[in-house]
Amino acid sequence: MTDPTAITTDGATGRPAPSAGPSSPSADAGAAARRERLGHLLQHHGASLVLLGLAVFGTVAFDAFATGANLRAIVVSSSFLAIVALGMTFVIISGGIDLSVGSLFVLGGVLAAYGSRAGLLAALALPLAVCGAIGLLQGVLIGRLGMAPFIVTLAGLLGVRGLMLAVSDEGATTYLVEDRAFASLGQDGPFGVTWPVWITVALAAAGVVLLQRTGFGQNVYAVGGNEEAASLMGVPVVRTKILVYLLSGLLAGLAGALNAARLSSGVTILGIGLELDAIAAVVIGGTLLTGGVGGVTGTMAGVLLLGVIQNLINQVGNLTSAVQQVVSGAFLVLVVVAQRVLSRTQRLT
Amino acid sequence: MGAADAEIPVLEADGVSKRFPGVLALDEVSFALRPGEVHALVGENGAGKSTLIKVFTGAHRPDGGRVLVEGRPVAFGSPLEARRAGISAVHQEVGLVPDMSVARNLLLGREPRTRLGLIDLPRLHAEAERTLAELGVRADVRAPLRTLGVGTRQMVALARAVSVRARVVIMDEPTSSLEPREVETLFGVVRELRDRGISTVYVSHRLDELYQLCDRVTVLRDGRVAHTGPLAELDRLRLISLMLGRDVAEVRAGGVTRFSGEHAAAAEQPVLEARGLTRRHVLNGVSVSVRPGEVVGLGGLLGAGRSETAKAIVGALPLDEGEVTVAGTTLRRRRPVGAAIRAGVSLLPEDRKAEGIVPGLSVRENIALAALPRLARAGLVSEARIDALVETFMRRLRIKASSPHQRVDELSGGNQQKVLLARWLAMNPRILLLDEPTRGIDVGAKAEVQALVDELARDGLGVLLISSDLEELVEGSDRVVVLRDGTVAGQLGGGEVTEDRIMAVIAGDGAGDPSGEERHG
Repeated sequence: MTDPTAITTDGATGRPAPSAGPSSPSADAGAAARRERLGHLLQHHGASLVLLGLAVFGTVAFDAFATGANLRAIVVSSSFLAIVALGMTFVIISGGIDLSVGSLFVLGGVLAAYGSRAGLLAALALPLAVCGAIGLLQGVLIGRLGMAPFIVTLAGLLGVRGLMLAVSDEGATTYLVEDRAFASLGQDGPFGVTWPVWITVALAAAGVVLLQRTGFGQNVYAVGGNEEAASLMGVPVVRTKILVYLLSGLLAGLAGALNAARLSSGVTILGIGLELDAIAAVVIGGTLLTGGVGGVTGTMAGVLLLGVIQNLINQVGNLTSAVQQVVSGAFLVLVVVAQRVLSRTQRLT
Repeated sequence: MGAADAEIPVLEADGVSKRFPGVLALDEVSFALRPGEVHALVGENGAGKSTLIKVFTGAHRPDGGRVLVEGRPVAFGSPLEARRAGISAVHQEVGLVPDMSVARNLLLGREPRTRLGLIDLPRLHAEAERTLAELGVRADVRAPLRTLGVGTRQMVALARAVSVRARVVIMDEPTSSLEPREVETLFGVVRELRDRGISTVYVSHRLDELYQLCDRVTVLRDGRVAHTGPLAELDRLRLISLMLGRDVAEVRAGGVTRFSGEHAAAAEQPVLEARGLTRRHVLNGVSVSVRPGEVVGLGGLLGAGRSETAKAIVGALPLDEGEVTVAGTTLRRRRPVGAAIRAGVSLLPEDRKAEGIVPGLSVRENIALAALPRLARAGLVSEARIDALVETFMRRLRIKASSPHQRVDELSGGNQQKVLLARWLAMNPRILLLDEPTRGIDVGAKAEVQALVDELARDGLGVLLISSDLEELVEGSDRVVVLRDGTVAGQLGGGEVTEDRIMAVIAGDGAGDPSGEERHG
């Protein structure tokens, strides 16, 4: 993978190949700049490149991989994680972490199914309101009171799980989705692709614009990159932090609601541990856990990558889903090692 | 800039005091920055420069006195308020976001927008390029800030300060890691700012730079203003004597230190030889040698590379070039501190709290810490042997503690220093590097530590003594190596070791003999 990339990098910038002369300082600087660009490329598009590679491999190796039905299945099952990971991307770029999203996802599903008895609007509004409020509360604790995101959202994870169990009578009551319009939101859609996928695409596009082209997005990068400097430059640090957790809570609730619509019921056991998948997808997508670096497209590639790995393992057939987790885990380690190496080549000064 | 404006200082401290637990960091300091001037702020460690800067930038609130901006009293509640009042500090490390692009850093919060309210990237980049070009800085505004050199990063910080309409720019040691070429560009930018009527407070230890760039100077010493006035009227020697608090004319006959003068430094081979220690921006070919029983002083201003030399010798500072020989054996410089310790070199660091004592542990544990591997047999350490060792050193160094099990952070500064000394003496070192061994400890303890250093040298230890206290340096050392800007500026031996001569060498008057090192090589 390294070689073709290096050539692309050179071609893209139109830089002449290093001259044949002895290693003059400028040639060294050129090499450093090339390494820098290569590192940058891998950091931001590494997940996409691996995704592409795996897709090619899947197409060649398995007849059933590149079929419309299979690809649809991959994107549909990935879309819920993608929505959660989108919010997680903002949180992690801001230098935080949100462990509560798995619980919020489940709670959102239960509340949506419960609310669907009062119609489509309630089915969406109830989970968004509750999960948004919980996200907001976490954001206030982290932003205004300066508490550690890990602790606050771990408390959120446990507390929300308890809340979900209370709502569902310790899981004994499963609310079924009763509103036809709401169920159709999870099960139908144009061109044979269900609405959650379209919603994910729209949200991801909005996320790119929000992150790259608005003041809020700049603030998220600034806070995650250097909080002290950000505050000196007049960035509203507290407000930015509160907003990212609010956003993350809202998106987790929405993903849970859409999942309930797809399954026609508020399932209380699916989605436990989803926060870890979301973090994995974000990190695989090139966002640094230390904050300040990353993006939405990488996260989306990371989500799809996890989905494709799972799908390929299913294609093999005789492997259990446990193997999928081992492979995902191994992949995550690889990515983190690669980031470590890359950040070393990039931060020479 | 009207003539009337010139009368009102753009930034002023009027009798500002600031007290920290145990220290009066600023004692009624008055300072006035005129519009469009470059004002040097100098002083040794602990003189109060950083505290004054922090008062100006809103990081500290003064306990007494007033801060005025253009004649109006202000009370900054936060650094952001100071920035809004037009006072920008340009630090090397903080102030910008390294992973964001140059343009985004430069215009954060003031990005040009499209009609939809989104950030207009083409205009963002164009505007950033123009802002930098006006200051004569060329950089790829799309690149992440961290890919730029330190110098260019500082220019970006300056450009940002200017573009948010700063009236005062405070620069703290801006050139300490710049290449000469970058320094030139930086000076160009500072002069450009001056021409636009922006005032600069310039903190640096590099006298050459001060004389090149600054109009006036304020010298702080021990929290008080020692001098303020036009820089051109002050010659170097006078400036240094003001910083160090030593009168040029004043010749001291008998000291009050407890050093007993010359040691029997026989014409033996040096036990420690450091040759050509070099590290970019920090040390440039520093060579020092110490013979058994000799106390060699390392003099120079703050930032001249004294502590760095000591750290380089023990291997705590990675070197680009140079080698260290202990008793004829060359230490491999890639090896970390362990090699130096095993070879018998011990460093008593400058910052006791950060680099020396382990506050939560007892006196006994602190003393035994480094010696543990030496006391261990097959990985097990005999408690009795530790007790014996600790007992010996507590008695020998007269460490005042209620028991060996008292927590070390409950002791006085002087006793903490002795605990550290005991730790290294327990290693049976051949060479002791002492970095400011008496700073921050009371007079009595100071005399005891000084007497101890003397005693150790008489016992045949080679000692490298770093001290900002000229008197201590003169009376404690047999020879003094003077550093300036990371190089050996001169070496004084025997009768030449006087405060006047040391100051003259620091000032660069050629009084020392830079090639003196060769005689011992």
